[in-house]
Amino acid sequence: MNLLLMEYLPLVVFMGVALVIGLALMVAPFLVAVRNPDPEKVSAYECGFNAFDDARMKFDVRFYLVSILFIIFDLEVAFLFPWAVTFKEVGAFGFWSMMVFLGVLTIGFIYEWRKGALEWD
Amino acid sequence: MVEVWSWSEIWQGFLWPLLVMAFWSVLLLVVLLVVIAFLLLMDRKVWAAVQMRRGPNVVGPFGLLQSFADLLKFVLKEPLIPAGSDKGVFLLAPVVASVLALAAWAVIPVNEDGWGRWVISNLNVGILYLFAISSLGVYGVIMGGWASNSKYAFLGSLRSAAQMVSYEVSIGFVIITVLLCVGSLNMTDIVNAQKTGIGTRYGLPASALDWYWLALLPMFIVFFISALAETNRPPFDLPEAESELVAGFMVEYSSTPYLLFMLGEYVAITTMCALTTIMFLGGWLPPLSVAPLTWVPGIFWFVGKVVLVFFMFAMVKAFVPRYRYDQLMRLGWKVFLPLSLIMVVAVAGVLHVFDLAP
Repeated sequence: MNLLLMEYLPLVVFMGVALVIGLALMVAPFLVAVRNPDPEKVSAYECGFNAFDDARMKFDVRFYLVSILFIIFDLEVAFLFPWAVTFKEVGAFGFWSMMVFLGVLTIGFIYEWRKGALEWD
Repeated sequence: MVEVWSWSEIWQGFLWPLLVMAFWSVLLLVVLLVVIAFLLLMDRKVWAAVQMRRGPNVVGPFGLLQSFADLLKFVLKEPLIPAGSDKGVFLLAPVVASVLALAAWAVIPVNEDGWGRWVISNLNVGILYLFAISSLGVYGVIMGGWASNSKYAFLGSLRSAAQMVSYEVSIGFVIITVLLCVGSLNMTDIVNAQKTGIGTRYGLPASALDWYWLALLPMFIVFFISALAETNRPPFDLPEAESELVAGFMVEYSSTPYLLFMLGEYVAITTMCALTTIMFLGGWLPPLSVAPLTWVPGIFWFVGKVVLVFFMFAMVKAFVPRYRYDQLMRLGWKVFLPLSLIMVVAVAGVLHVFDLAP
């Protein structure tokens, strides 16, 4: 087997074994445990009341905002990975160009902070 | 041209290596799950000790078999599937959560490769893989919360998703600062880079002072707290805050689906402990390179350090009150993110100016 396969195939095998363990645990109670559902048991839990309305309700837009901000910063981290590994090779030019990049992102971060995108109250 | 393969070639070139891989995978998973069973017990015992209770002490000597009894109980419980749920996604979510959490362990080296094999796959992009897998962990939570079709579960999964992605960012920056000091994405290289450091620079023998917890102390603290938030551990256990959301995204789960979520959570915690050990506490390196300590096999140091970090996790759970959600987001976005960003620039600047980069 070639080297790439020798490095990545174990990952697949490992995940496969983990999946087998997960599925085995998942299936076990369906085979051995008593199953005796009734309408009260399988209704959605709402502190003893019947469900008032649909659970797929409107939610706060700030959750959405957080996920957008996350994409920006996680992408930034993804750009930093190769830069950090080759830090010596890229030298002064690489260092300063990344500082400019981080500077631009910091300006964006300050803007969103001042706009109140990070407020939760 | 069609290449003709003989059976012996297929056996030697393909099937046998596959069997070996499967053997090591099963071995690591079984050992890991048994260790986690005892870590879970330790968690409860530490919590009990802080509150002046005894903790589980009935099953087996000192309650040592408690986790195994719990497993048996979970398997024998009735699995409930809510009538209003998306049944496929509902059942898939716990499997996704636990398998993704377990998958992270494929690249974690527990000892130096030398006498035998100590890592499933010594990837050259190991930490990137780990970062990616731990980001995927949020899917299990979202799927579970959405498919349950219950208000508590829905709100819990929303909170959990927002919390996990918020702290993911600062964890990413912390990893970057470590990578700047190491110059490699390989986990084994990260540990070996800690053989020299602040201590050896001043002529001391290789010791705990060389590890990155000292050189990158603010990052060590940021990473530890972010790891608590990332794994939904108290004091950041808002997604499953008992007093507000009952059990958050897990409220509709019972029996082993619930067990799989808890398993995934504890595996993720152990992964974070192992990652802390590798990045900041020198992995399998002894705390001082003198004779009796260097004779101890590295695996013992590694497990010891993981247990130590887990002990800190357990202590935090026991004596820190829960955060409010707005405080949690403020800490993540307004304190840790700027702090870790500044530290990335500072570490890069120091390495650049003093020409210390590896």
